[in-house]
Amino acid sequence: MNEQNTIVEQPTSFAFTLENMERVKNHIAKYPDGKQASACMPLLDLAQRQHDGWLPRAAMDHVAEVLDMPPIRVYEVATFYTMYNLKPVGRHHVQVCTSLPCWLRGSDEIVKRCNEVTGTEFGKTSNDGQFTMTETECLGACVNAPMMQIGDDFYEDLTPDDVERILNALKNGETIKPGPQNTRHGSEPVGGLTTLTQGAAKGEGS
Amino acid sequence: MLKDIDRIFTNIYGLNDCTLAGALSRGDWDGTKSILERGNDTIIDEMKVSGLRGRGGAGFSTGMKWSFMPKVVGDRPHYLVINADEGEPGTCKDRDILRNDPHKLIEGALIAGFTMRAHAAYCYVRGEFFREAEALQRAVDEAYAAGLIGKNACGSGWKFDFHIHMGAGAYICGEESALIQSLEGKKGQPRLKPPFPANVGAWGCPTTVNNVESIAVVPAILRRGPGWFSDLGKPNNTGTKLFNISGHVNTPCTVEEEMGIPLKELIEKHGGGVRGGWDNLLAVIPGGASVPMLKKEVCETITMDFDALSAVKSGLGTAAVMVMDKSTDVIAAITRLSKFYRHESCGQCTPCREGTGWMWRMMERMKIGNATIDEIDLLEEVSRQIEGHTICALGDAAAWPVQGLIKNFRPLMEERITQYQAAQANAAE
Repeated sequence: MNEQNTIVEQPTSFAFTLENMERVKNHIAKYPDGKQASACMPLLDLAQRQHDGWLPRAAMDHVAEVLDMPPIRVYEVATFYTMYNLKPVGRHHVQVCTSLPCWLRGSDEIVKRCNEVTGTEFGKTSNDGQFTMTETECLGACVNAPMMQIGDDFYEDLTPDDVERILNALKNGETIKPGPQNTRHGSEPVGGLTTLTQGAAKGEGS
Repeated sequence: MLKDIDRIFTNIYGLNDCTLAGALSRGDWDGTKSILERGNDTIIDEMKVSGLRGRGGAGFSTGMKWSFMPKVVGDRPHYLVINADEGEPGTCKDRDILRNDPHKLIEGALIAGFTMRAHAAYCYVRGEFFREAEALQRAVDEAYAAGLIGKNACGSGWKFDFHIHMGAGAYICGEESALIQSLEGKKGQPRLKPPFPANVGAWGCPTTVNNVESIAVVPAILRRGPGWFSDLGKPNNTGTKLFNISGHVNTPCTVEEEMGIPLKELIEKHGGGVRGGWDNLLAVIPGGASVPMLKKEVCETITMDFDALSAVKSGLGTAAVMVMDKSTDVIAAITRLSKFYRHESCGQCTPCREGTGWMWRMMERMKIGNATIDEIDLLEEVSRQIEGHTICALGDAAAWPVQGLIKNFRPLMEERITQYQAAQANAAE
């Protein structure tokens, strides 16, 4: 369950931009006629992206209006799913996975270094507004543990020093390549393949 | 060991071209039309013969599941829903399919959709997999542009649409009826069954929910023949399987292997062995957080398949192997899982909503030993009160790790309590 404290100063109005209204139409078109409520989740995501990464009440009301839904149904959705931020977040939303596979591979150290570099901690935003830290459950990159998500990107196979390098780069407005921070490309074993070494010619393996 | 020629996911690491051109060069979309021409009944029969059991965790026969859909389309359209809400701790196999081998999934969806008389598939991708959904969408766009799906999919005359629906961070949406609720734009709270989705699913219409991996292996099975698939693995546990090896191994990885591979071989060949050597092994959780752990003695000989693992009161689950070496505080590890279930309980059923929180708080005390010995029995008893008393299996899944801990490591729990009490007594003097 989404467990955020939602007492926060709210803007009085929200409306999708014209560009986003086109996206709204595309989302609604994916679902059967009359089932536009299905677009509630993608629209809330769209609203959040338009509104600096968080969802004010006015945005939920706007989504309810666009989809012809009772506002309470939209509030239910917005407060159930953890990816909807119900209060402002920093410029970079740092979500560190501390679930079992990441924990086994040292996520405690990752969290510690994150706290040191950002000067804040889980559930809070740094004073300079740069970073919001959130503890997450399993993000589904377990063979590349420990890992964290910043914005839409996964940073994997982390050491505390990688964390420091990544966060400092973001502070300076630079970007770091997402994905594994060691020599790996993806989820293959480090140090050499144990399978798929015989090539994959046409017809093979399919 | 499985030969490369028998591997289905030949680009699982994304080391080769992930686009349609690359997929075609690896044999995807080869003769799809002729597969569809075999007809619905033949395809279902071949799927049954292949022995494929659902790869999402429950292990139910995929061909059988498909056969539950109505044979005639009435006034309610049929839907295929693909479960890509991958969130079981330890599991990251579907992620690799979505980002590296997406055309296998789309082709499988067409075949499955056609077989079940569905003109549309909705792929429910967990919200955090933003980049993976982008990769899948690129592949979907390619497939539409090439006429592989769309108004006349592969020239078969069958209209087929493929849509992506993004989740927003709720583990429970991996449960099929919660997923359907979520697809309808509601809170992801599981529904009572019956009615089953094959009768009343998405938007009240006949629906089948399949895991990503189950769908993605369909084209290979039908192209190479069900006998090829059923010859791999073990009887009733056929084919190949994606395994995720995480935790205390030297080279954590995703790997496709034969069903029924010995756990020890899996860890040593692909995971690079247990950190510090095999004898440094403490325990393994063999199938994602929701299955009970195995102690080292069992790990010596156990094979990785549904039947062998359920015979030792664990399960294959998602085949996510989490390895713990002797440095692991196993009570803390299970406490972490209890925290997970408390966080992910949807709040609908009282035993789960209240029980997961209670178990987590109790486990936090067990972790430091701040408890009494008889509270271990109380913990066990409460876990039994949760298990089997909820609409979905999350309550069971929350109870099992705790029960597994008590079963396997009760002396350790008692020792910690005794130590804590002794330390308290010393401090009081």
